[in-house]
Amino acid sequence: MESHAHPNRLGIRGWVGGGRWGFERYLYTLHRITGLGLLTYFLLHIFVTSARVFGKGAWETAMSAVSGPAFKAGEYLVFAAFAFHAVNGVRLALIELGFAVGRPIEPIYPYATSVGRQRPLAIAVMLIAGVLAVWGGYNFFFMD
Amino acid sequence: MPDTRMKQVVFHLRRYEPGKDREPHWEQYKIDSPPGMTVLDGLWKVKELFAPTLAWRSSCRMGICGSCGMLINGRPRLACNTQISELQSDVVAVGPLPNFGIIKDLVPDLHPMFEAHRELMPYLIREDLQEQDSPTGEYWQTPHELERYLQFSYCIKCGCCMAACPTMATDPQYSGPMPLGQAHRYNSDTRDGGFAKRRELLEGGRGPWRCHFAGECSQVCPKGVDPAKAIQMMKQDLVFDLLKLRVRKPAARLVDKPCGKRREDIPAAPPRTVTG
Repeated sequence: MESHAHPNRLGIRGWVGGGRWGFERYLYTLHRITGLGLLTYFLLHIFVTSARVFGKGAWETAMSAVSGPAFKAGEYLVFAAFAFHAVNGVRLALIELGFAVGRPIEPIYPYATSVGRQRPLAIAVMLIAGVLAVWGGYNFFFMD
Repeated sequence: MPDTRMKQVVFHLRRYEPGKDREPHWEQYKIDSPPGMTVLDGLWKVKELFAPTLAWRSSCRMGICGSCGMLINGRPRLACNTQISELQSDVVAVGPLPNFGIIKDLVPDLHPMFEAHRELMPYLIREDLQEQDSPTGEYWQTPHELERYLQFSYCIKCGCCMAACPTMATDPQYSGPMPLGQAHRYNSDTRDGGFAKRRELLEGGRGPWRCHFAGECSQVCPKGVDPAKAIQMMKQDLVFDLLKLRVRKPAARLVDKPCGKRREDIPAAPPRTVTG
Protein backbone atom coordinates (compact mmCIF):
# COMPACT_ATOMS: atom_id res chain seq x y z
CA MET A 1 0.00 0.00 0.00
CA GLU A 2 1.41 3.35 -1.01
CA SER A 3 1.59 6.01 1.66
CA HIS A 4 -0.20 9.30 0.93
CA ALA A 5 1.30 10.99 3.96
CA HIS A 6 3.47 14.09 3.62
CA PRO A 7 7.11 12.96 3.12
CA ASN A 8 9.36 13.52 6.13
CA ARG A 9 12.49 11.49 5.36
CA LEU A 10 15.54 13.37 6.61
CA GLY A 11 17.85 12.61 3.67
CA ILE A 12 21.49 13.70 3.94
CA ARG A 13 20.42 15.90 6.85
CA GLY A 14 19.97 12.62 8.73
CA TRP A 15 23.69 11.94 8.39
CA VAL A 16 25.01 15.34 9.31
CA GLY A 17 22.28 16.86 11.46
CA GLY A 18 24.08 16.80 14.74
CA GLY A 19 24.26 18.09 18.24
CA ARG A 20 22.12 15.50 19.97
CA TRP A 21 23.62 12.29 18.66
CA GLY A 22 26.28 9.95 19.93
CA PHE A 23 29.96 9.63 19.08
CA GLU A 24 29.41 6.58 16.85
CA ARG A 25 26.97 8.46 14.63
CA TYR A 26 29.68 10.95 13.77
CA LEU A 27 32.06 8.07 13.04
CA TYR A 28 29.36 6.65 10.74
CA THR A 29 29.09 9.96 8.89
CA LEU A 30 32.85 10.49 8.74
CA HIS A 31 33.33 6.95 7.45
CA ARG A 32 30.93 7.67 4.58
CA ILE A 33 32.50 11.04 3.77
CA THR A 34 36.05 9.64 3.82
CA GLY A 35 34.90 6.67 1.74
CA LEU A 36 33.44 8.96 -0.91
CA GLY A 37 36.56 11.15 -0.73
CA LEU A 38 38.88 8.18 -1.26
CA LEU A 39 36.76 6.98 -4.17
CA THR A 40 36.93 10.45 -5.76
CA TYR A 41 40.71 10.54 -5.24
CA PHE A 42 41.06 7.07 -6.73
CA LEU A 43 39.15 8.07 -9.89
CA LEU A 44 41.17 11.30 -10.24
CA HIS A 45 44.39 9.35 -9.67
CA ILE A 46 43.51 6.93 -12.49
CA PHE A 47 42.60 9.87 -14.73
CA VAL A 48 45.84 11.80 -14.04
CA THR A 49 48.24 8.86 -14.26
CA SER A 50 46.59 7.64 -17.47
CA ALA A 51 48.22 10.69 -19.12
CA ARG A 52 51.35 8.54 -19.44
CA VAL A 53 49.83 6.65 -22.38
CA PHE A 54 49.88 9.90 -24.38
CA GLY A 55 53.64 10.26 -24.05
CA LYS A 56 56.27 11.84 -21.84
CA GLY A 57 55.15 15.40 -22.52
CA ALA A 58 51.55 14.73 -21.52
CA TRP A 59 52.77 12.97 -18.39
CA GLU A 60 54.98 15.87 -17.32
CA THR A 61 52.19 18.37 -18.01
CA ALA A 62 49.77 16.32 -15.89
CA MET A 63 52.34 16.02 -13.08
CA SER A 64 53.07 19.74 -13.06
CA ALA A 65 49.31 20.43 -12.93
CA VAL A 66 48.98 18.49 -9.68
CA SER A 67 52.05 19.79 -7.89
CA GLY A 68 52.31 22.65 -5.44
CA PRO A 69 51.44 23.21 -1.78
CA ALA A 70 47.66 22.98 -2.26
CA PHE A 71 47.94 19.53 -3.84
CA LYS A 72 50.40 18.44 -1.16
CA ALA A 73 47.89 19.46 1.53
CA GLY A 74 45.22 17.65 -0.48
CA GLU A 75 47.33 14.52 -0.60
CA TYR A 76 47.81 14.73 3.13
CA LEU A 77 44.02 14.94 3.57
CA VAL A 78 43.72 11.81 1.44
CA PHE A 79 46.23 10.07 3.71
CA ALA A 80 44.40 11.20 6.86
CA ALA A 81 41.09 10.03 5.35
CA PHE A 82 42.71 6.71 4.52
CA ALA A 83 44.07 6.32 8.06
CA PHE A 84 40.65 6.97 9.57
CA HIS A 85 38.75 4.86 7.05
CA ALA A 86 41.12 1.90 7.42
CA VAL A 87 41.21 1.66 11.22
CA ASN A 88 37.52 2.49 11.59
CA GLY A 89 36.84 -0.15 8.94
CA VAL A 90 38.57 -2.73 11.13
CA ARG A 91 36.35 -1.67 14.05
CA LEU A 92 33.23 -1.95 11.88
CA ALA A 93 34.28 -5.34 10.52
CA LEU A 94 34.71 -6.65 14.07
CA ILE A 95 31.39 -5.21 15.21
CA GLU A 96 29.48 -6.31 12.13
CA LEU A 97 30.69 -9.84 12.73
CA GLY A 98 29.07 -9.68 16.14
CA PHE A 99 32.23 -9.11 18.20
CA ALA A 100 32.65 -6.35 20.79
CA VAL A 101 28.91 -5.73 21.17
CA GLY A 102 28.27 -8.19 24.01
CA ARG A 103 25.56 -10.78 24.43
CA PRO A 104 21.84 -10.13 25.01
CA ILE A 105 21.16 -8.96 28.57
CA GLU A 106 18.14 -8.23 30.72
CA PRO A 107 17.27 -4.57 30.03
CA ILE A 108 17.32 -2.88 33.42
CA TYR A 109 17.18 0.92 33.61
CA PRO A 110 19.53 2.75 33.08
CA TYR A 111 20.01 0.61 30.02
CA ALA A 112 23.45 -0.58 28.99
CA THR A 113 23.72 -0.83 25.21
CA SER A 114 26.06 -2.40 22.69
CA VAL A 115 27.16 1.13 21.83
CA GLY A 116 28.61 1.61 25.29
CA ARG A 117 30.08 -1.88 25.22
CA GLN A 118 32.13 -1.16 22.08
CA ARG A 119 33.02 2.41 23.09
CA PRO A 120 36.55 1.51 24.34
CA LEU A 121 37.23 -0.05 20.93
CA ALA A 122 35.97 3.09 19.18
CA ILE A 123 38.19 5.30 21.34
CA ALA A 124 41.23 3.06 20.79
CA VAL A 125 40.62 3.10 17.06
CA MET A 126 40.38 6.89 16.99
CA LEU A 127 43.62 7.17 18.95
CA ILE A 128 45.36 4.93 16.42
CA ALA A 129 43.90 6.99 13.54
CA GLY A 130 45.09 10.16 15.27
CA VAL A 131 48.64 8.81 15.74
CA LEU A 132 48.73 7.72 12.09
CA ALA A 133 47.48 11.13 10.94
CA VAL A 134 50.13 12.95 13.03
CA TRP A 135 52.88 10.62 11.89
CA GLY A 136 51.73 11.04 8.28
CA GLY A 137 51.68 14.82 8.64
CA TYR A 138 55.24 14.82 9.96
CA ASN A 139 56.29 12.60 7.10
CA PHE A 140 54.49 14.72 4.48
CA PHE A 141 55.60 18.15 5.59
CA PHE A 142 58.92 17.74 7.43
CA MET A 143 60.75 14.74 6.00
CA ASP A 144 61.08 15.79 2.35
CA MET B 1 14.87 18.78 47.92
CA PRO B 2 12.66 18.38 44.81
CA ASP B 3 11.86 21.48 42.80
CA THR B 4 8.18 22.28 43.31
CA ARG B 5 8.08 25.54 41.38
CA MET B 6 5.72 26.04 38.47
CA LYS B 7 7.53 27.33 35.39
CA GLN B 8 6.47 28.53 31.97
CA VAL B 9 7.55 26.60 28.92
CA VAL B 10 7.03 27.27 25.25
CA PHE B 11 5.89 24.35 23.14
CA HIS B 12 7.09 24.60 19.53
CA LEU B 13 4.83 22.19 17.69
CA ARG B 14 5.17 20.99 14.12
CA ARG B 15 1.71 21.40 12.59
CA TYR B 16 0.47 19.95 9.33
CA GLU B 17 -3.11 19.76 8.13
CA PRO B 18 -3.45 17.60 5.00
CA GLY B 19 -5.47 19.26 2.30
CA LYS B 20 -4.90 22.69 3.86
CA ASP B 21 -1.14 23.10 4.44
CA ARG B 22 1.34 22.60 1.64
CA GLU B 23 4.25 22.14 4.07
CA PRO B 24 4.48 21.48 7.80
CA HIS B 25 5.13 24.60 9.88
CA TRP B 26 5.96 25.46 13.49
CA GLU B 27 3.51 27.01 15.95
CA GLN B 28 4.25 28.19 19.49
CA TYR B 29 2.17 27.83 22.64
CA LYS B 30 3.15 29.00 26.13
CA ILE B 31 1.87 26.92 29.05
CA ASP B 32 2.51 26.54 32.78
CA SER B 33 4.48 23.44 33.61
CA PRO B 34 4.35 22.02 37.14
CA PRO B 35 7.10 19.63 38.27
CA GLY B 36 6.57 16.13 36.96
CA MET B 37 4.66 17.23 33.89
CA THR B 38 5.40 15.02 30.91
CA VAL B 39 5.55 16.18 27.32
CA LEU B 40 2.33 14.24 26.71
CA ASP B 41 0.62 16.12 29.58
CA GLY B 42 1.85 19.34 27.96
CA LEU B 43 0.34 18.38 24.63
CA TRP B 44 -3.01 17.73 26.28
CA LYS B 45 -2.81 21.13 27.92
CA VAL B 46 -2.01 22.85 24.62
CA LYS B 47 -4.91 21.02 22.98
CA GLU B 48 -7.25 22.00 25.79
CA LEU B 49 -6.27 25.67 25.94
CA PHE B 50 -5.10 26.69 22.46
CA ALA B 51 -5.20 24.12 19.67
CA PRO B 52 -8.24 21.82 19.73
CA THR B 53 -7.38 20.37 16.32
CA LEU B 54 -3.88 19.28 17.37
CA ALA B 55 -3.43 15.58 16.57
CA TRP B 56 -1.06 12.92 17.91
CA ARG B 57 -1.19 9.27 18.93
CA SER B 58 -1.09 8.15 22.54
CA SER B 59 -2.73 5.53 24.65
CA CYS B 60 -1.29 3.96 27.80
CA ARG B 61 0.62 6.97 29.24
CA MET B 62 3.15 4.63 30.85
CA GLY B 63 5.69 3.68 28.18
CA ILE B 64 4.07 0.36 27.34
CA CYS B 65 2.03 0.81 24.18
CA GLY B 66 4.60 2.65 22.03
CA SER B 67 2.03 5.01 20.49
CA CYS B 68 3.48 8.39 21.46
CA GLY B 69 6.91 8.27 19.79
CA MET B 70 7.81 11.83 18.74
CA LEU B 71 10.83 13.96 17.94
CA ILE B 72 11.27 15.90 21.19
CA ASN B 73 14.00 18.52 21.28
CA GLY B 74 15.77 16.82 18.40
CA ARG B 75 15.64 13.29 19.74
CA PRO B 76 13.08 10.51 19.20
CA ARG B 77 11.42 9.74 22.55
CA LEU B 78 8.12 8.63 24.04
CA ALA B 79 6.14 11.74 25.02
CA CYS B 80 4.63 9.95 28.01
CA ASN B 81 8.03 8.85 29.26
CA THR B 82 9.70 12.25 29.00
CA GLN B 83 9.32 14.81 31.75
CA ILE B 84 9.67 18.42 30.67
CA SER B 85 12.13 19.04 33.52
CA GLU B 86 14.55 16.42 32.17
CA LEU B 87 14.84 18.37 28.90
CA GLN B 88 16.50 21.19 30.89
CA SER B 89 15.06 23.82 28.59
CA ASP B 90 12.18 26.26 28.61
CA VAL B 91 11.52 25.35 25.00
CA VAL B 92 9.95 22.01 24.11
CA ALA B 93 10.13 21.40 20.36
CA VAL B 94 7.91 18.51 19.30
CA GLY B 95 7.67 17.14 15.78
CA PRO B 96 6.49 13.90 14.23
CA LEU B 97 9.00 11.05 14.04
CA PRO B 98 11.23 11.70 11.01
CA ASN B 99 11.78 9.11 8.26
CA PHE B 100 8.03 8.41 8.30
CA GLY B 101 5.42 10.33 6.32
CA ILE B 102 3.24 12.79 8.23
CA ILE B 103 -0.47 11.99 8.35
CA LYS B 104 -1.39 15.04 10.43
CA ASP B 105 0.49 17.21 12.93
CA LEU B 106 2.44 14.78 15.14
CA VAL B 107 0.98 11.59 13.67
CA PRO B 108 3.53 9.62 11.62
CA ASP B 109 2.57 7.06 9.04
CA LEU B 110 4.04 3.90 10.57
CA HIS B 111 2.64 1.68 7.84
CA PRO B 112 6.00 1.10 6.03
CA MET B 113 7.59 -0.04 9.31
CA PHE B 114 4.83 -2.54 10.05
CA GLU B 115 4.90 -3.74 6.45
CA ALA B 116 8.65 -4.43 6.68
CA HIS B 117 8.05 -6.10 10.04
CA ARG B 118 5.35 -8.36 8.58
CA GLU B 119 7.54 -9.32 5.61
CA LEU B 120 10.28 -10.64 7.90
CA MET B 121 7.85 -13.15 9.44
CA PRO B 122 7.91 -12.13 13.11
CA TYR B 123 6.42 -15.35 14.46
CA LEU B 124 7.51 -18.89 15.25
CA ILE B 125 7.91 -20.94 12.11
CA ARG B 126 7.65 -24.71 12.43
CA GLU B 127 8.33 -27.36 9.82
CA ASP B 128 5.00 -28.91 10.63
CA LEU B 129 2.52 -26.36 9.25
CA GLN B 130 -0.35 -28.02 11.09
CA GLU B 131 1.57 -27.54 14.35
CA GLN B 132 2.42 -23.95 13.40
CA ASP B 133 -1.19 -22.99 12.72
CA SER B 134 -2.68 -24.93 15.61
CA PRO B 135 -0.06 -25.49 18.32
CA THR B 136 -0.78 -28.54 20.40
CA GLY B 137 1.35 -27.73 23.43
CA GLU B 138 4.41 -26.06 24.87
CA TYR B 139 7.94 -26.31 23.47
CA TRP B 140 11.09 -27.08 25.43
CA GLN B 141 13.29 -24.10 26.22
CA THR B 142 15.90 -23.58 28.91
CA PRO B 143 16.32 -20.26 30.76
CA HIS B 144 19.70 -19.91 29.06
CA GLU B 145 18.06 -20.25 25.64
CA LEU B 146 15.44 -17.70 26.67
CA GLU B 147 18.16 -15.16 27.46
CA ARG B 148 19.35 -15.28 23.85
CA TYR B 149 16.29 -13.36 22.66
CA LEU B 150 14.47 -12.02 25.74
CA GLN B 151 16.03 -8.55 25.49
CA PHE B 152 14.83 -8.17 21.92
CA SER B 153 11.31 -9.32 22.77
CA TYR B 154 10.68 -6.20 24.87
CA CYS B 155 10.27 -4.10 21.69
CA ILE B 156 7.07 -2.00 21.72
CA LYS B 157 7.27 -0.97 18.04
CA CYS B 158 7.23 2.76 18.81
CA GLY B 159 9.40 3.61 15.78
CA CYS B 160 11.93 5.74 17.70
CA CYS B 161 14.80 3.57 16.40
CA MET B 162 13.62 4.03 12.81
CA ALA B 163 13.50 7.80 13.26
CA ALA B 164 17.02 7.92 14.71
CA CYS B 165 18.68 5.69 12.10
CA PRO B 166 20.82 7.66 9.60
CA THR B 167 20.57 4.86 7.04
CA MET B 168 16.78 5.08 7.18
CA ALA B 169 17.17 8.79 6.46
CA THR B 170 18.46 8.15 2.95
CA ASP B 171 17.52 4.60 2.05
CA PRO B 172 13.81 3.80 1.65
CA GLN B 173 14.61 0.17 0.79
CA TYR B 174 16.27 -0.58 4.13
CA SER B 175 13.96 -2.48 6.48
CA GLY B 176 15.21 -0.60 9.52
CA PRO B 177 16.24 -1.46 13.08
CA MET B 178 12.85 -2.56 14.43
CA PRO B 179 11.92 -5.15 11.75
CA LEU B 180 15.49 -6.49 11.59
CA GLY B 181 15.82 -6.66 15.36
CA GLN B 182 12.55 -8.57 15.54
CA ALA B 183 13.64 -10.93 12.77
CA HIS B 184 16.71 -11.74 14.87
CA ARG B 185 14.53 -12.14 17.94
CA TYR B 186 12.77 -15.04 16.16
CA ASN B 187 15.91 -16.38 14.48
CA SER B 188 17.53 -16.78 17.90
CA ASP B 189 14.50 -18.45 19.47
CA THR B 190 15.14 -22.18 19.81
CA ARG B 191 11.44 -22.91 19.23
CA ASP B 192 11.69 -21.37 15.76
CA GLY B 193 12.77 -23.13 12.58
CA GLY B 194 12.46 -20.23 10.13
CA PHE B 195 16.06 -19.04 9.78
CA ALA B 196 16.40 -20.32 6.20
CA LYS B 197 13.16 -18.62 5.10
CA ARG B 198 14.12 -15.29 6.68
CA ARG B 199 17.68 -15.52 5.33
CA GLU B 200 16.34 -15.20 1.79
CA LEU B 201 14.57 -11.97 2.74
CA LEU B 202 17.58 -10.58 4.58
CA GLU B 203 19.85 -10.62 1.54
CA GLY B 204 20.16 -7.42 -0.48
CA GLY B 205 19.38 -3.78 0.23
CA ARG B 206 16.66 -4.23 2.81
CA GLY B 207 18.67 -6.59 5.02
CA PRO B 208 21.11 -5.95 7.86
CA TRP B 209 24.12 -5.20 5.65
CA ARG B 210 22.98 -1.59 5.22
CA CYS B 211 23.55 -1.06 8.92
CA HIS B 212 26.98 0.38 9.74
CA PHE B 213 26.54 0.76 13.46
CA ALA B 214 25.77 4.40 14.01
CA GLY B 215 24.25 2.91 17.16
CA GLU B 216 21.59 5.59 17.43
CA CYS B 217 18.71 3.10 17.42
CA SER B 218 20.00 1.55 20.63
CA GLN B 219 20.69 4.92 22.22
CA VAL B 220 17.13 6.17 21.75
CA CYS B 221 15.26 2.90 22.44
CA PRO B 222 12.95 3.63 25.40
CA LYS B 223 12.88 -0.03 26.42
CA GLY B 224 16.58 -0.95 26.27
CA VAL B 225 15.99 -3.40 23.44
CA ASP B 226 19.28 -2.60 21.68
CA PRO B 227 18.34 -3.24 18.04
CA ALA B 228 21.90 -2.45 16.90
CA LYS B 229 23.14 -5.44 18.89
CA ALA B 230 20.44 -7.67 17.38
CA ILE B 231 21.41 -6.58 13.87
CA GLN B 232 25.13 -7.25 14.42
CA MET B 233 24.33 -10.68 15.89
CA MET B 234 22.11 -11.36 12.90
CA LYS B 235 25.05 -10.55 10.59
CA GLN B 236 27.23 -12.94 12.59
CA ASP B 237 24.60 -15.67 12.15
CA LEU B 238 24.40 -15.01 8.41
CA VAL B 239 28.19 -15.10 7.96
CA PHE B 240 28.60 -18.20 10.12
CA ASP B 241 25.78 -19.86 8.19
CA LEU B 242 27.50 -19.03 4.89
CA LEU B 243 30.75 -20.54 6.20
CA LYS B 244 28.85 -23.58 7.49
CA LEU B 245 29.93 -22.68 11.03
CA ARG B 246 26.45 -21.99 12.37
CA VAL B 247 25.19 -24.72 14.65
CA ARG B 248 21.94 -25.89 13.10
CA LYS B 249 19.55 -27.54 15.47
CA PRO B 250 15.97 -28.61 14.79
CA ALA B 251 13.33 -26.42 16.40
CA ALA B 252 12.64 -27.32 20.02
CA ARG B 253 10.29 -30.26 20.43
CA LEU B 254 6.98 -30.32 22.25
CA VAL B 255 6.94 -30.91 25.98
CA ASP B 256 5.53 -34.36 26.64
CA LYS B 257 1.90 -34.30 27.64
CA PRO B 258 0.84 -35.73 31.02
CA CYS B 259 0.50 -39.49 30.79
CA GLY B 260 -3.15 -39.37 31.91
CA LYS B 261 -2.81 -41.64 34.98
CA ARG B 262 -4.14 -40.07 38.16
CA ARG B 263 -2.10 -40.57 41.33
CA GLU B 264 -4.06 -42.59 43.80
CA ASP B 265 -3.04 -40.62 46.91
CA ILE B 266 -4.60 -37.32 45.81
CA PRO B 267 -7.66 -36.59 48.02
CA ALA B 268 -10.98 -35.80 46.35
CA ALA B 269 -12.01 -32.17 45.98
CA PRO B 270 -14.35 -30.82 48.68
CA PRO B 271 -18.02 -30.51 47.75
CA ARG B 272 -19.11 -27.38 45.90
CA THR B 273 -20.22 -24.49 48.04
CA VAL B 274 -21.71 -22.43 45.24
CA THR B 275 -24.47 -23.73 43.05
CA GLY B 276 -25.70 -22.59 39.68
